Amino acid sequence: MNKKKTVRTAVLAMFCLLFWVPVLVMFPNSFMGPEELKAAYGGVLGGGGQAVQMELLPVYPTLRPYVELLLDSPDFFVMFWNSVKQVVPILLGQVLVGMPAAWAFGRYRFTGRRILFLLYMILMIMPFQVTMVSSYLVLSNLSLMDTHLAIILPGVFSAFPVFIMQKFFHSIPDALVEAAMVDGAGQLKIFLHVGVPLGMPGIMASVLLNFLEYWNAIEAPMTFLKTKAKLPLSLYLPQITTDQVGSSFAASIVMMLPAVLIFLWGQEYLEQGIVASGLKE
Amino acid sequence: MSRKWTPTCQNKTAYAFLAPSLLGLLVFVLLPFADVIRRSFFQAVGGLFVGMDNYRQVLENGAFRQALGNTVRFLCICLPLLLALSFVAAVFLNSITGFARVLRAGFLLPMAIPVASVVVFWKLLFDQNGAVNQMLGVLHLTGQDWMNTGYAFWILVGSYLWKNMGYDIVLWIAALSAIPEEQYEAARVSGAGAFQCFRYITLPQMKGSIFLIGVLSFVNAFRVFREAYLIAGDYPHESIYMLQHLFNNWFTKLDIQKMSAAAVLMAIAVSVILVLVEWWNERQESSE
Repeated sequence: MNKKKTVRTAVLAMFCLLFWVPVLVMFPNSFMGPEELKAAYGGVLGGGGQAVQMELLPVYPTLRPYVELLLDSPDFFVMFWNSVKQVVPILLGQVLVGMPAAWAFGRYRFTGRRILFLLYMILMIMPFQVTMVSSYLVLSNLSLMDTHLAIILPGVFSAFPVFIMQKFFHSIPDALVEAAMVDGAGQLKIFLHVGVPLGMPGIMASVLLNFLEYWNAIEAPMTFLKTKAKLPLSLYLPQITTDQVGSSFAASIVMMLPAVLIFLWGQEYLEQGIVASGLKE
Repeated sequence: MSRKWTPTCQNKTAYAFLAPSLLGLLVFVLLPFADVIRRSFFQAVGGLFVGMDNYRQVLENGAFRQALGNTVRFLCICLPLLLALSFVAAVFLNSITGFARVLRAGFLLPMAIPVASVVVFWKLLFDQNGAVNQMLGVLHLTGQDWMNTGYAFWILVGSYLWKNMGYDIVLWIAALSAIPEEQYEAARVSGAGAFQCFRYITLPQMKGSIFLIGVLSFVNAFRVFREAYLIAGDYPHESIYMLQHLFNNWFTKLDIQKMSAAAVLMAIAVSVILVLVEWWNERQESSE
């Protein structure tokens, strides 16, 4: 029996490794100096004619790509901050706006609840393309096109965080809420002192899932932003990699680093969030 | 599931909590979408009512048909493939004891990797001068510029599977571990083998989850546009020209009329799918 389990673990581990290949190739190669990089990958990245020579480890590892990227490429820096400027307000807004809404759906029975909840679920699964025109119309009416707010505001009112947090609020044991009520706490107080602390895993789950989503945003910025200086890293990175071949792997690694670290740190919350995203009440 | 509720019928408090979110949705989604529905029946200039004309134009449009066909083909191949593969992986992951968390992390990792970061890697593999052709050359086979052939479709399928396996595995594991252990014990006591347990206890209880996980995978499938766009741009090989590309290109031409009609059609299609799934869930639950 145990032998069987070991074999299974080994087979799964092999498949797992397959999933890691892109990172396992890019990470060591990000320490490759520009000359070596050009010789190995110039055929693809730099437009030269020769075929690539995949290398697992650089022959002369150096930090130069990172130094060049972080110190000598103002563009990269601007785009990185654009990403931060767009993602952080979205996440804060989602918590501020979505948390009370999720509390209402998770803990109250009210007229119109069923239909409103169905509406939230439908909005949650709508592909970006469906709301693309309507968002454009409202953003240009408010003259917000080509500003950071054009990305932030639609993100804040997304239905997805409401749905995730609602599940966690719903699973808070009644007894805890009732105890607070017996103590004479008002509805707002119960929400702030019982709901928020006990729903914290849900809030974390929502923030993590949405961070990964918006750090990776492509559709909204390419539609609602025009000025190059406002683009987030997710959209501008491919251009950097063609302009500065020497730093292309380093740029990829720097961009994925926050996401991967947050993922490793919050895996538990993330998994809970994924389970909660199941469209079931 | 037993329903628990904080005091009954407190409309005012509930709506007070809901207000900011509802208001935002109204301003940023619902009202503008109502405007889109209205526009879909009118002419672009002059504001003449044209009935279903915009819809007819969309449905007769060659690019629309091709994009719709590609999108449907992509969904029909990807969804069953992803659901099946992730289910098998989940069953195996559920049966091992050590390293389960680490392995789950391994499968989930691609979800955390931004598309933009990994695009350079896909290019290295599938370019005319890329690594895949290099390897084929060793075997004395001639390669090609993969992203400019029908293979682009399959590369996209692969990158979708790569990115979404972990998500679906986690969902399947949750469904699997919802089955009470006693059921298996009882079956084993009466002499059922591992396969019989799987066939008669596990599989029947997965019916409800298939659609649930299917819907989420469907939603995520629309995100492959990111890979397609970052690798191949506005006009990729015709086999991966999807609805998302079409919307994008209509948008650059500001063809609001066509976009409105197409958005309404797509919204209806997605809503119908969700309502059907919810209906199926409820039926499933009431029959249990």
